[in-house]
Amino acid sequence: MLSALLIMALIAIALGAVLGFAAIKFHVEGNPLVEKIDAVLPQTQCGQCGYPGCKPYATAIAEGVADINLCPPGGEEGIHKLADLLGVDFKPFGGDTAPKPKAVAFIDENNCIGCTLCIQACPVDAIVGAAKQMHTIIAAECTGCELCVAPCPVDCIDMVEIEENISNWKWKYPVYSLRPAA
Amino acid sequence: MRSLFRFNGGIHPASNKAQSSHKPIAQAVLPSKLVIPLHQHVGNSARPVAEIGQRVLKGQIIGAPEGHVSSAVHAPTSGVIATIDMQLVAHPSGIPDLCITLIPDGDDEWIARKPCADWKALSHTDLRHRLRAAGVVGLGGAVFPSDMKLYAHKHKIKTLVLNGAECEPYITCDDLLMRERAAEILQGAEIMRALLYAEEVLIGIEDNKPEAIAAMSRAVLDGRHERMEVIAVPTIYPGGGAKQLIRVLTGIEVAAGVRSTNLGVQCFNVGTAYSTWRAIRHGEALISRIVTVTGHVGQPQNFETLLGTPVNELIAQAGQLPDTRGYIMGGPMMGIRLPSAQVGVIKATNCLIAMSDSLFPPVPPALPCIRCTRCVDVCPAELQPQELYWFAQAKNLLKAQEYHLFDCIECGACSYVCPSNIPLVEYYRFAKSEIWAQETSKKAADAARERYEYRELRIEREKQEKAEKLAAKEKAALDAKAQLARQPAIAPVKVEADPEDTMQLKIQAAIDQAKQQAAASIKPKNTDNLTSRQQAEIAEIEARRARIRELALSSTDEHTDGQGDK
Repeated sequence: MLSALLIMALIAIALGAVLGFAAIKFHVEGNPLVEKIDAVLPQTQCGQCGYPGCKPYATAIAEGVADINLCPPGGEEGIHKLADLLGVDFKPFGGDTAPKPKAVAFIDENNCIGCTLCIQACPVDAIVGAAKQMHTIIAAECTGCELCVAPCPVDCIDMVEIEENISNWKWKYPVYSLRPAA
Repeated sequence: MRSLFRFNGGIHPASNKAQSSHKPIAQAVLPSKLVIPLHQHVGNSARPVAEIGQRVLKGQIIGAPEGHVSSAVHAPTSGVIATIDMQLVAHPSGIPDLCITLIPDGDDEWIARKPCADWKALSHTDLRHRLRAAGVVGLGGAVFPSDMKLYAHKHKIKTLVLNGAECEPYITCDDLLMRERAAEILQGAEIMRALLYAEEVLIGIEDNKPEAIAAMSRAVLDGRHERMEVIAVPTIYPGGGAKQLIRVLTGIEVAAGVRSTNLGVQCFNVGTAYSTWRAIRHGEALISRIVTVTGHVGQPQNFETLLGTPVNELIAQAGQLPDTRGYIMGGPMMGIRLPSAQVGVIKATNCLIAMSDSLFPPVPPALPCIRCTRCVDVCPAELQPQELYWFAQAKNLLKAQEYHLFDCIECGACSYVCPSNIPLVEYYRFAKSEIWAQETSKKAADAARERYEYRELRIEREKQEKAEKLAAKEKAALDAKAQLARQPAIAPVKVEADPEDTMQLKIQAAIDQAKQQAAASIKPKNTDNLTSRQQAEIAEIEARRARIRELALSSTDEHTDGQGDK
């Protein structure tokens, strides 16, 4: 009787130790769901969702504070992905903004006065230039967040839509008629 | 007799090759203009290096390779560059791309070529450079730069497969090339073999081309080529697919995500071997290719065609017929509809088929999939086309990838047998390009995240550095004040061991001196002729100020003393 109790107690202690060790050893810093949501978001850091960046929005979604349909750059596809990830139903776009075609910023270099305000606004360091020197956009790095447009005192930044060309062209979804029922 | 292997499925569509294969290759007449796209190959577009109005010679480079995967583009004949602009090209999108328009002057004058009588004396690097400069790309349809495929470590590649299968209906350009220029193809194959350190060369030709098989076999004997074998393979579509031909000839099955080179096999089209020989031996750039012009035309035939020749001018030479509904570039199974008859012939143009309603009747409307799995039976990649269709039409891209969508070679065998006439391949192409686009935007998002996080880090770091600097400054100032307060004001400044402290004291002394000087020099400007009442007011204010100053000084002294004791 005593030996049985002892054995059970020992097993319990041993398992407890293992669990305790695992809790320390495999401790996950932060909320892993935030990372997963952040990976789905388009990383434009545009703030159109009402949060100051993609990570804060991801955190808000993970905490259940924000809806999944607030990210215009992600498009409907982004909402679908978030819905899949979180196991919730798809929702059409909410908020004040609607999805727009992809665009990159373009600085009219004749009008640029070199104030560096847009450089400070760019969340991904996609603008090169220095004080009183002309600035220009690195188009390949521009996420199209439009954050540089508002600070420009001379309105020399435009958003240029990315046109379809041979390299980014996609095969269209096949459209054909089904045979009408007799 | 070599034992051959089989691949799964395959179909037997009407070959329709006899129409164009009974006549020898004809030289196409010089067209009125040449529209030469700068993107004729896999990889980066070539960069235009000719100017408008410039006279260029035949074989002169007009588009330089840009970046790692790219190829050169050359002037196919001598003439004057008319425009460099966006024009329609032979691409299913119908989107214009950068083209150079050349007006031939009729002289057909060659640029100085660099022939090489003994290519074995050249280094492998040199050979590859020459191929890149000559713009040699895979002519079987993939147009991948050949120099990049001709790189191998010793003893890694065992077998070089030359693809002369030409399994698609209507196309006969490789057939005629093998019949007429077998010796040169084999010479090119020797160069390829040397570059790859390959032991054997296997030339696979479908058995519906007996003349080509005979010509190639004779050339092997005449040229005394060692370990080179012409093998007749059964005629079955798509037996000319690289993976399928490798399977038939060697029994090696190239698995998903594996390159054939890792299994010791490299595959080239016979046309590429021929162009390789012309480029190395004669120093001729790839400026023309053999194009089968067939279908709804008067005299179907193969033409040696300059790249850039407008399709309608080439069709006219084979006899344009009325009621032509459009043109297919490539074969009827895998080819693409040309967006216009004005586009120029490119390196990938192996065949042009004029369409008519009798040859290509309109496809009847599609019916729902009944899951008969006939497509599974014929799929040469051993996929489940009906499942892929299901996922692609539902835009369930993840699932489609799980079912190995990217192993689909888009041969069209499934669409061919589909009793419901579903355009299956169109769905697969749609799903593939959708996945590619998502992958690209995912990569862009990851890059953006990295840049954003780095920027945040940098800003945080700068802030911290600033704060640290400020803190250090403040501390230094406080220390100096404490020192000053502890010492009697009249005591001479002792030279202390710590030079920094001395420095601080000196600076403080200088500041004090400057303050005293400033105080001495400041004189109120409007104090002349004051009334006694004003004088009294001023005196009162001055007394108040002095009191405040005293109070402030005593409180800071206490404060700094307290700090200094700690």
